[in-house]
Amino acid sequence: MHSLGKPSMEAQGGPEGKQEKKKKSKNVKRYWEGTLEKEPGSAAPEPKKPKEDEVAGVNVAQKRKKKKKKNRLQEQIAAPGKELISGKVDPFPGPAPVPPEKVKKFERGKKPVLSQVSNRRLKHELTTLESKVELAKKQAARFDMLLPEEAGFLEGDEGEDTCTIQQQDIAEAVDITSGSKYFNLVLNQFGPYRVNYSRNGRHLLLGGRRGHVAAIDWNSKQLTCEMNVMESVNDIRWLHTENMFAVAQKKWLYIYDNLGVELHCVKKFNDVLRLEFLPYHFLLATCSATGFLQYLDISIGKEVAAICTKSGRLDVMAQNPYNAIIHLGHHNGTVSLWSPNLREPLVKMLCHRGPVRALAIEKTGTYMATAGLDRKLKVYDIRSYKPLHTYLIPGGAGHLAFSQSGLLAAASGNVVQVYKDIHLKPPKQPYMTHALRQGVHGLQFCPYEDVLGIGHGEGFTSMLVPGAGEANFDALESNPFQSKKQRQEWEVKALLEKVQPELITLDPLKLGEVDFLTMEQKHQEKVERLGYDPLAKEKFEPKHKKKGRSSTGNLLKRKKKVAHEEQRVLIRNALQEKEEHEARQKQSEKTEIHVKKSTLDRFHK
Amino acid sequence: MRDEDRGPILGLRPRRIQKTAYVHWVGKVALGKSYLCSRMKPLLAMGDGEDDFFVKEYDMSASDDEGGSDDERKHRKLLEAISSLDGKKRKKMAERSESSAQVSEFGVSSEGAGEKIHLLELMKPIKPSSSLATVKKQLNKLKTKKTVELPLSKQETQRIQREVAYEKTSKAVTKWDRVVLQNRKAEQLVFPLNQEGPSSKPIEEVLTNWKARTPLEQEIFNILHKNKQPLTDPLLTPVEEASLKAMSLEEAKLRREELQKARALQSYYESKARRERRIKSKKFHRVLKKGKQKDALKEFEELRKTNPQAALEELQKMDKTRIVERMSLKHQNSGKWAKSKVIMAKYDLEARKAMQEQLEKNKELTKKLEIVSESDDEGEPEEDTIPDFVNEVQMTKEGPNPWMSGKLSRDGKDSLAEVESQQPPVEMDEGKKSEDEEEKELSEDEMLLQEFENIRRLRKEQEGQYEQPKEEQTGCSKEIASEIVEERAAEYNLLFQRLAEQGQRSQGKRRSKELHTTSLELADNCPNGRKEQEKVDELPPVGEEGPLLMERLDRTRTIEEVGNLAGEEWADEELQPGLPAKEEQKSTEKKLTSEEPQKKNKKLIDPSAVLTVNSMLLRAPVLPTAVEEEDEREEDQKMIIQEAFAGDNVIEDFLKEKRNVQNASKPKDIDLTLPGWGEWGGTGLKLSKKKRKRFIIKAAPAPPRKDQRLPHVIINEKRDIAVAAHQVNELPFPFNNRQQFEGSIRTPIGTAWNTQRAFQKLTAPRVVTKQGHVIEPISEEDAFQKTSQKVKPAFELNPQKAQIKRARRNQPRKRTQKQRKA
Repeated sequence: MHSLGKPSMEAQGGPEGKQEKKKKSKNVKRYWEGTLEKEPGSAAPEPKKPKEDEVAGVNVAQKRKKKKKKNRLQEQIAAPGKELISGKVDPFPGPAPVPPEKVKKFERGKKPVLSQVSNRRLKHELTTLESKVELAKKQAARFDMLLPEEAGFLEGDEGEDTCTIQQQDIAEAVDITSGSKYFNLVLNQFGPYRVNYSRNGRHLLLGGRRGHVAAIDWNSKQLTCEMNVMESVNDIRWLHTENMFAVAQKKWLYIYDNLGVELHCVKKFNDVLRLEFLPYHFLLATCSATGFLQYLDISIGKEVAAICTKSGRLDVMAQNPYNAIIHLGHHNGTVSLWSPNLREPLVKMLCHRGPVRALAIEKTGTYMATAGLDRKLKVYDIRSYKPLHTYLIPGGAGHLAFSQSGLLAAASGNVVQVYKDIHLKPPKQPYMTHALRQGVHGLQFCPYEDVLGIGHGEGFTSMLVPGAGEANFDALESNPFQSKKQRQEWEVKALLEKVQPELITLDPLKLGEVDFLTMEQKHQEKVERLGYDPLAKEKFEPKHKKKGRSSTGNLLKRKKKVAHEEQRVLIRNALQEKEEHEARQKQSEKTEIHVKKSTLDRFHK
Repeated sequence: MRDEDRGPILGLRPRRIQKTAYVHWVGKVALGKSYLCSRMKPLLAMGDGEDDFFVKEYDMSASDDEGGSDDERKHRKLLEAISSLDGKKRKKMAERSESSAQVSEFGVSSEGAGEKIHLLELMKPIKPSSSLATVKKQLNKLKTKKTVELPLSKQETQRIQREVAYEKTSKAVTKWDRVVLQNRKAEQLVFPLNQEGPSSKPIEEVLTNWKARTPLEQEIFNILHKNKQPLTDPLLTPVEEASLKAMSLEEAKLRREELQKARALQSYYESKARRERRIKSKKFHRVLKKGKQKDALKEFEELRKTNPQAALEELQKMDKTRIVERMSLKHQNSGKWAKSKVIMAKYDLEARKAMQEQLEKNKELTKKLEIVSESDDEGEPEEDTIPDFVNEVQMTKEGPNPWMSGKLSRDGKDSLAEVESQQPPVEMDEGKKSEDEEEKELSEDEMLLQEFENIRRLRKEQEGQYEQPKEEQTGCSKEIASEIVEERAAEYNLLFQRLAEQGQRSQGKRRSKELHTTSLELADNCPNGRKEQEKVDELPPVGEEGPLLMERLDRTRTIEEVGNLAGEEWADEELQPGLPAKEEQKSTEKKLTSEEPQKKNKKLIDPSAVLTVNSMLLRAPVLPTAVEEEDEREEDQKMIIQEAFAGDNVIEDFLKEKRNVQNASKPKDIDLTLPGWGEWGGTGLKLSKKKRKRFIIKAAPAPPRKDQRLPHVIINEKRDIAVAAHQVNELPFPFNNRQQFEGSIRTPIGTAWNTQRAFQKLTAPRVVTKQGHVIEPISEEDAFQKTSQKVKPAFELNPQKAQIKRARRNQPRKRTQKQRKA
């Protein structure tokens, strides 16, 4: 990373450094300089023949002028922007430096080691590419500073816990628009509600157990549609835009438009309990009471995959936003990971000793939180599948949700608790709590807003959670202030950029890797066909030298110099590291010794 | 070989002459070796080798029977021929393959060989006279002259012409190589090539060329001029310029001369010093050194006389050098020279002396400087300053305290033995009282030391070395003699007893574990006994852990704690402060529970199992009062959980599943046995060992699974074919390494991930053409005008780097120039 910072630094101090060097080369320190104590520079340009005064003088003057001009030119070349008419010097020349830590944020993958590239052309290409990549990184880091909004969290006074602060207090304290985001919808007729926000956080979908479905522009509190489907509703989900949503009803899966008109009844999807929508793939993933995990491509209306999970009723599902893998929680305490391309789970992990009740995955796809019937809440690192923290929650958590900024909301019974940085370190207390009258049935943070939507037995509550939403939205990605035209354009674009379901893998970077096995196989076939290995590394043949310098001994020596170069590099590096490590250790030991030196230390061997 | 040398004379009758020649040679061989050698050397030097010469000789001598009357003549001729061998020009003669009396008209006949006159004979008298050189040449020419060659065939001439033309054109084309290469390397080519874009001048250039035109500007500049303000060149202020002018010419000249002189002197001294340094003679350097030393001494004496203060300073300096030398290991006989001398010292007196000298010097240097102080007694105060036990340590092995010898941790037995053998004389030597006093002091120290030792031992033993100390103990007990030792031994005994106890305890643990496994089975059979207790506690997980916990010493505590926990969970809102410790306890519990499956298949489960993570209670100010509808459905949670844990062991099932998956993924042995062949056939018969060995081909072991170290995870290792179809499966052209290619496509280039500028750069097209423009082929003028200035690609993205590169390219050239000068 340090190398990244360098170029800009060079650009800064480059010209000055050059000048200094020049000066240094001019007056080398001699031992007599101290005694003479005169400026050698002032005497140097004087003419050689003093007695040819006038003519010589003119010549000298001319010469001096020429020299000056030359100097000036050189300076101009060396330091553009240094010499202004006013004589002032730019104190901060060159572009502003970018802190390397910020650049590191945009680091992607490992750089290829250029020293190992033997092909000159390839080396050149790679170096140019690398320079471009560096530039891109730096630019990105530079632009990152331009993000205007900052996320802030609720901070209590001394001795005051943030979790004791009531929603009403917050709503009163904040500005009117923010305060209006705390509201309750009392809908006590149609049973506990499931909740879903659209991707840009503008629209809210409510689905009551007893058939009540409503779509609301929740900011303006305008109802777009409301109906009763006259069937029990298991789950609801927005599709790619707020023009369409899917409802998992008692028997089948239905798709409605924003006016509540039934568009499709997908009879291939029966007894669906949970829905997930993968926005980049246009896939609607469903899991059913019969143990089927099904994928519906909503752009072409086709069932992409129907997988029998063979693990009973599936009512816990979450998607990993990083790699579009579906996580399912089972009643035997396991969580399984699925892609539409494989009939078996990619990974199966034992998370709880009782059934898994809820699942949530963080935005970056690094952390997964699970809650089980054993009243435990566990946080896993899904990259390594290792548990990070285990918590015991009173009553256990029935619903979990991660916010964009990494807050975790856990609903146990009628209480919703929001935890901060739960994946980093065990918190002492929840960040916020909110008690409701009835049990929670649906939980989701509103994207780009500091709001947590809670669906419960008595309707819907929009709860204020400061710092929950992403402060800076990417309008090209999902724009909360989208106009109709923009939405239409975005839809077309998104459809054009749709990712095929075959590309869903655990490691989304796998597409950038070479299919090694096939490559090997192909290569072997080629070798068999040709009778030789075209990619085999050429054996080093030492050049023939004259005058007896190509003796066998010499040849051997030269061969030895080149032999095992790659390994040598590795070994060298390893040794260096080891040495450094040892030195560090020694130093630390020394310091330790310095620290605790008692009279008894002399008995230590 | 010989025939060729002889030229046309012998060509007449080559065979016979040869024979005679060899006869002659044989004779010479007989005459004397020395003569032969002297004559033969030039001949052999000319020839291809000795071997064929001798072979030929053999042949000839064997078949020789013709040697007749004209021997003498031939002999003479031969001699002549041989003498002519020395001549510089010898012509090769066409070999004659066929033997015939009559040679064809084009050649020469063998008859009348002697009579013919030859050019050589004619040329002989010419030789000495140099004036006839031209004639000789002409004759020579005549000799070599052949018929005029036929003109070349059409094809051949054409071919030659083509070759020449090719060379010419290739030469002409090679000058394009660089241009082509540059253009190929260029990141972007903009066509038409020699476009001049809107050149952006640096702003300073524009500013410096600017002139005041309007009256206001002129006025301002006038004022500035009047005040002698630097306008364009801020480097020299008027004051500085004035000072520059103030310096007179003469002064400057004088100064310059001085400088020149000084420089000359310096270079002179430098060169002299270099010359001297380069002298290899050791004696010279020695003499030089001694001379210097003498000079220094003299100077010092003088100084002492004239200026005592300066002398003192000098002395201090010398002292400092001495100290430095003392610090360094210069005279420790460790240098290269010293080592060589050590080897030589056995045999060489001088070397021995030199060594001794150095040793003395070393002693002298390393000797502690005696500070000339007021008090005459030096030893005592020094000793006073240092505490006693330090001295004792220095006494080392003779000292009564074996602990001080620095062999603390190692075998106590040996040290004891040492003490035994060495103590009596010490006791004899010193008075008893003093000894006792010492002993007291020592015993204090010893106590401390022993404590340390004990701790150390305990630690070691806890790691699992039970057997060793017992042996030691027995060894120790035999050798109890003196009182001190007795005491120590008693302590040792105590220690070892403790250790033994510990060992027993650990063994007991093992036993208890074994017991525990059996009890587990029992518990599986009748799970009621323990569980009733746990039911009260309302903590279902413990129900399973019950039998396990029984074996633990701190079982009761854990249950209590569990009770507390449960109480806290359900009733209290506040927590007791001692919670964290309890949580730790819990974690230990869990470790134990994880150990249970570990026993059953050690391979699967690591000690770092999943379920060992501390579970921490998250407390909240508000506790749920209403229960969810789901929960209503599963009303009695306790019952359900018990159900869940009584019947199906989640972990067991999972492990079983994992085992199955692992077994399925293992490569299978190939069974080629045919039942009944070579043995009895039938049901229930076992294959013989021999047959099994022979006909069951064992499969290679499977590569390690990804979930090998994750006991709670099953990772599917099946290949995802759907993705593989989209992956690259052949390396694109310039790459020959997978990593390089992967590295080159690792960064996204889309606008979603990059800024606009970066995106444009990353996706810049290689060739850009301007619409509506004719793209003409590159002309020589353009290309080489450019190259003469500086070879530059048509478009550079990174001009700074290019500059650096150019500078680098120029460097080696400079070096070569320097080399030429040198």
